[in-house]
Amino acid sequence: MIPVSHVLTLSAILFGIGVAGVILRRNAIVVFMCIELMLNAVNLGFVAFASGMQSMVGVMFVFFVLIVAAAEAVVGLSIILAIFRNSGTLNIEEFNLLRW
Amino acid sequence: MNEYLWLIPALPLLGFVLNGLVAPRFGKGFVKVVGPGVVGLSFALSIAAFCEMLQAPGQSITQHAFTWLESGGLYVPIAFVVDRLSGLYILIVTGVGFLIHIYSVGYMGDDDEYAFWRFFAYLNLFLFFMLLLVLGSSFLLLFVGWEGVGLCSYLLIGYYFDKDSAATAAKKAFVVNRIGDFGFIVATLLIFMNFGTLEFAEVNARAPGVLAAGGGLVTAITLLLFLGATGKSAQIPLYVWLPDAMEGPTPVSALIHAATMVTAGLYLVARMSGLFVLAPTTMAVVAIIGAATAFFAATIGMAQYDIKRVLAYSTVSQLGYMFMAMGVGAFMAGIFHVMTHAFFKALLFLGSGSVIHAMHHEQDMRRMGGLLKHMPITGYTYIIGALAIGGVPLFTAGFFSKDEILWQSFASPAGHPLLWAVGAVTALMTAFYMFRTVALTFFGESRVDKHTAEHLHESPWTMTLPLSVLAVLSIVGGWIGIPHVLGHGVGIGNALEHYFEGFFAKVPAEVAHHEASTELLLMGLTSVLALGCMYGAYVLFSRNLARAEALKKALSPLQKLLEKKYFIDELYEWVVIKPVYYTSKLLLWRLVDVRIIDGMVNGVGNGVRHVGGALRIIHNGVIENYAVGIAVGAALIFYFLVY
Amino acid sequence: MLISFYILAALAVGGALSVVLFRSPVYCALSLVATFLCLAGIYVLLNSEFVAAIQVLIYAGAIMVLFLFVIMLLNLRSDKPLRHSWTWPKLLGIGFAVAIIFQLIGIFHSPAARMGPAGKYSTEYLQQKGAVEVVGEVLFTEYVLPFEIISILLMVAVVGAVILAKRREPASTEQTP
Repeated sequence: MIPVSHVLTLSAILFGIGVAGVILRRNAIVVFMCIELMLNAVNLGFVAFASGMQSMVGVMFVFFVLIVAAAEAVVGLSIILAIFRNSGTLNIEEFNLLRW
Repeated sequence: MNEYLWLIPALPLLGFVLNGLVAPRFGKGFVKVVGPGVVGLSFALSIAAFCEMLQAPGQSITQHAFTWLESGGLYVPIAFVVDRLSGLYILIVTGVGFLIHIYSVGYMGDDDEYAFWRFFAYLNLFLFFMLLLVLGSSFLLLFVGWEGVGLCSYLLIGYYFDKDSAATAAKKAFVVNRIGDFGFIVATLLIFMNFGTLEFAEVNARAPGVLAAGGGLVTAITLLLFLGATGKSAQIPLYVWLPDAMEGPTPVSALIHAATMVTAGLYLVARMSGLFVLAPTTMAVVAIIGAATAFFAATIGMAQYDIKRVLAYSTVSQLGYMFMAMGVGAFMAGIFHVMTHAFFKALLFLGSGSVIHAMHHEQDMRRMGGLLKHMPITGYTYIIGALAIGGVPLFTAGFFSKDEILWQSFASPAGHPLLWAVGAVTALMTAFYMFRTVALTFFGESRVDKHTAEHLHESPWTMTLPLSVLAVLSIVGGWIGIPHVLGHGVGIGNALEHYFEGFFAKVPAEVAHHEASTELLLMGLTSVLALGCMYGAYVLFSRNLARAEALKKALSPLQKLLEKKYFIDELYEWVVIKPVYYTSKLLLWRLVDVRIIDGMVNGVGNGVRHVGGALRIIHNGVIENYAVGIAVGAALIFYFLVY
Repeated sequence: MLISFYILAALAVGGALSVVLFRSPVYCALSLVATFLCLAGIYVLLNSEFVAAIQVLIYAGAIMVLFLFVIMLLNLRSDKPLRHSWTWPKLLGIGFAVAIIFQLIGIFHSPAARMGPAGKYSTEYLQQKGAVEVVGEVLFTEYVLPFEIISILLMVAVVGAVILAKRREPASTEQTP
């Protein structure tokens, strides 16, 4: 039996690495990948609870999170495609029109 | 009948609406009929109401129209009360008002520049408010009328609106009145706080129980009410507006500033007689101010050259008499004089208007003279009026009322011989300056300018008819109040005293017993001296004008003082107006309003702007910074969740 | 059992770090795939075989393939080294990311964090009935409404993607003479 707290620790670490990736990386697609990493960390947490509490609610949550992540990835990538077509670059430093 | 009381003030209001809104398209003829017509109808209704009131139980009829305010403890109905006091008043107001409206048709008839209908509209509106004042059953309704007559006074004084002097005079009247109104309002608040009601009947009935006789509260209330009265009825210190009010057309001076509005203060004091007798201090103040005003104004009147100014100061002086009467507890005598004064003062004003009209708006008496042969009706009626105000014994109304006042100031428990002395001297001065006017205007050699002299003629019937009616009233009006010492012998009672018996409150002191001979002696003394002054003035100013001029030069400094009205207006300007003006401008405006209040408001705006400007730096469009912001926010939220 | 967990955990963390640190987007994508596979292994260790299966199928098999398609479609170059675009906010962000990790660990280990009462789906029950069957049992009874809504969501996502990524046709921008 794997102690739940260990799994949760791993989940926290993966989440933190995802946040760091979002902040550090300049390529929009890689940023997106780090967001997926964060979602996976959360999934791991849910599964840990499902196993620890012997309930299926966690699994259900994982199921839905997965589906939503898939949909999000689809739409997000199409947005990135549109941006690339418009400006020719995916460097997020170039998109600074959201000023005051 | 008492279901129709509301028509008495409503008809003039209708006249106002018709004259103001509809008349311009119907022309002068419409106004000439509607203006006086509604007042005439109101007069007829007043007579009917008066008769009914005499028959009614308690001699009072009330009509409750509807409830105006009902909030918390305050209950104010629109109710009209005709009792012995207001019944007399509505007769005077509508009767004299009717005569003056007829007169105005003649006087203002050829005036085209100023919109004929406007005059009658305002005049009707004035009557509406005055009747509301008199018929109102509570302080609040009286105050509506009080303010309304002040408004109409302003509108009518400033009738010739393009004359600077007229506009200034109108403003002055309104502002000075306001000071008095402040006193009235505070008094009303005190009454409501202590009685819980504003109805006259209730306040008068409960007064002895609620207020301690001679106590600070009742003195404060009555003094404040009197302050309001000094504003409206032109006593010291708030009389300064009345002489300037002569800028308005003469019928206005006759109606408002002689017969009706200025008597509103007296009405108030008489109505609250129950309160006033509980405050001997206030009564003393009222009597002293009344006597002082009477004397003071008479002295100024002796040195004026404008015929209307003389009459204005004479009005202030006579009003002083009436207040002196109220102050010694002789409420009936005061109201008696209100009535007779309305007759002869209106007569005098209308007569002077007739003269002014004929002289093409010349008002300086130094350019008149010998007009009697040109305008006999005006002249003789004017003389009757002058005789009345001077108090020719037995013959004129003024004699009976003035004498009653003088006797009461001597004999009443609240009276004092000194008051009588001041009153008597004032009576002599009144006789003197009135006949000075008569002589300068109607007798002697003509000093009239050639061009005007060619057009001198008697005024039309619309003007002379009211003059005649008022002259008759000035003679017979006094016969309803013949004192006992005179009438006892011939079996004539004092009708007015009988009428008002038990109505007014009595001064709580023992009535001293005076011999009838004392009264007759004083009466005779003043009458003889007054007749002497009248004759002396007549002789001096009609035949010996050179002598008069020499006398004037001899008394030159005194004469200058009187002519310039004791420099009171200048005094007020320096002591009151300039400090208020500069305080307002420098302190209240520049400092408080601009820097403190505006500063706070602007400061809030500026503060928001600066904070916004500082926070704005976060929005720099760099996406990584936004991501950092999200991470920081998440960390902070976790922190707060844990702890 | 525990050893396997630690090994898989270490590999997962390594994969995650690689995602953040590699400069070429293709390498990042492949590291992410590796991470996903490790996670799938951990799910198996936690008795959720179904989740492990769909993780490999959907995440590693569909989503990451999509990512790789886009990367290659756009022909992306490698990023510049990190030290060329260093700013102070980034340091602040890193600091807070680390802080988040420690906070979460603190939350999970604190005495206040207790789990609720145990449900009825024990390990023996799962092994007896089969993981997939149990998932179906729960999904199509208690959670059938979210299930249906999710299908609508997927349709919306597909439609959105098509509209967003469609190439504009030149003919539609011509003006009528």
